Amino acid sequence: MIKREMLFTLIPGLREEDLEQWITRAWVRPDRRENEVTFAEIDVARVRLLVSLQVELQIDTGAVPVVLSLLDQLHDARRQLRVVRRAIDTTASEDLRRRIAEQMRRLTTG
Amino acid sequence: MADLYETLGVSRDVDAGALRRAYRKLAKKHHPDLNPGDKAAEERFKSIASAYDLLSDPAKRARYDAGEIDASGEERHPHPSYSSQAEQAQGRKYRSAGPDAPDFSDIFAEYFREGDGMGSGPFGRAHRDPRGQDRHYSLDVDFLDAVIGATRRLALPEGKGIDVRIPAGIDEGQVLRLKGQGGPGRDGAPAGDALIEVHIRPHPWFRREGDNIVLDLPVSLSEAVLGAKVHVPTPGGSVAMSIPPKSDTGTRLRLRGRGIPAHAGRPAGDQYVTLRVVLNRDDADLAAFLRERTTDGFNPRAAMEAAS
Repeated sequence: MIKREMLFTLIPGLREEDLEQWITRAWVRPDRRENEVTFAEIDVARVRLLVSLQVELQIDTGAVPVVLSLLDQLHDARRQLRVVRRAIDTTASEDLRRRIAEQMRRLTTG
Repeated sequence: MADLYETLGVSRDVDAGALRRAYRKLAKKHHPDLNPGDKAAEERFKSIASAYDLLSDPAKRARYDAGEIDASGEERHPHPSYSSQAEQAQGRKYRSAGPDAPDFSDIFAEYFREGDGMGSGPFGRAHRDPRGQDRHYSLDVDFLDAVIGATRRLALPEGKGIDVRIPAGIDEGQVLRLKGQGGPGRDGAPAGDALIEVHIRPHPWFRREGDNIVLDLPVSLSEAVLGAKVHVPTPGGSVAMSIPPKSDTGTRLRLRGRGIPAHAGRPAGDQYVTLRVVLNRDDADLAAFLRERTTDGFNPRAAMEAAS
């Protein structure tokens, strides 16, 4: 967990006024504990992402919520896929895993 | 990518004047107008021009020397991408459908539907499952325990305590499931599970970035200028590290394999050490030496003053 000031050291290209906007719009949601605003690892990564989108890729401010929504849905799906993968790896025998993989291939290529 | 200094045929401590002369000499030799139809000369000219473009800017040159940007001027950070973070448990914070959404999308919803006995969904049951309820807990662990793994005691209600095995490399927000440690089952049915959400306390000087550990290391002026062999803390203990001469604040050094240990099929991460030069304010000899010295024309704010 790091404090706001540390972000500017860690992330070149981050501007005060941009960070302010992003927090107001809840594009990044730092934790508020006892009146202190702190950024978890995922929040720092999200700020880097926002810098990439807005500053480096120059994506229009109006488009950012759409992009974030799509990205969040995509990551939800990938997270669930990882969980499914882990469920298979820790439950199925090697033989069963092989059969599942074979079936996955069949279902994909038809 | 080629080394920019090599591209211009100069040493790493070349001054601005010598740099300019080296550039002009090479530019004349490889200029496309003076080498018509020579594709190789044209490519060479481009790389010479962009190398000079970067190195002639004192701010960019400093960042290139420190390893913060690469030869094309792009940011070079070993920090993990947003995706690699968002795909782990901690990514749940930014779930698209909000914090109260079900864990699994509509695609898997059937697997987890409570059947009322008539075979609805693939896992319909004849009787309601008398298995005990799952119980949820939160456990704060120390940074190093989360990195190298540990066993810690968690106090449960009813005065019980259980030993929880914390796997090496566990992520913030990850949930551990301890079978049979939840609520008791009915009529001899098995107990539910204990679901323990792990929270990691920050460390005073280690930070975690993906599979790597990141550390700011204070060094003395002598150690940075002259180089030195120092001891650096790592999660696995103290290790010796060489500081190269002519280092500076921001110089980033890598200790391979000293990050998060290998786990879950992932190889061990590295530890990145960023140097921070700290002066001894009580060093009278140093002050005296600097007062005497008249030949130092070094101005680190040259780029800023030129711009304003």
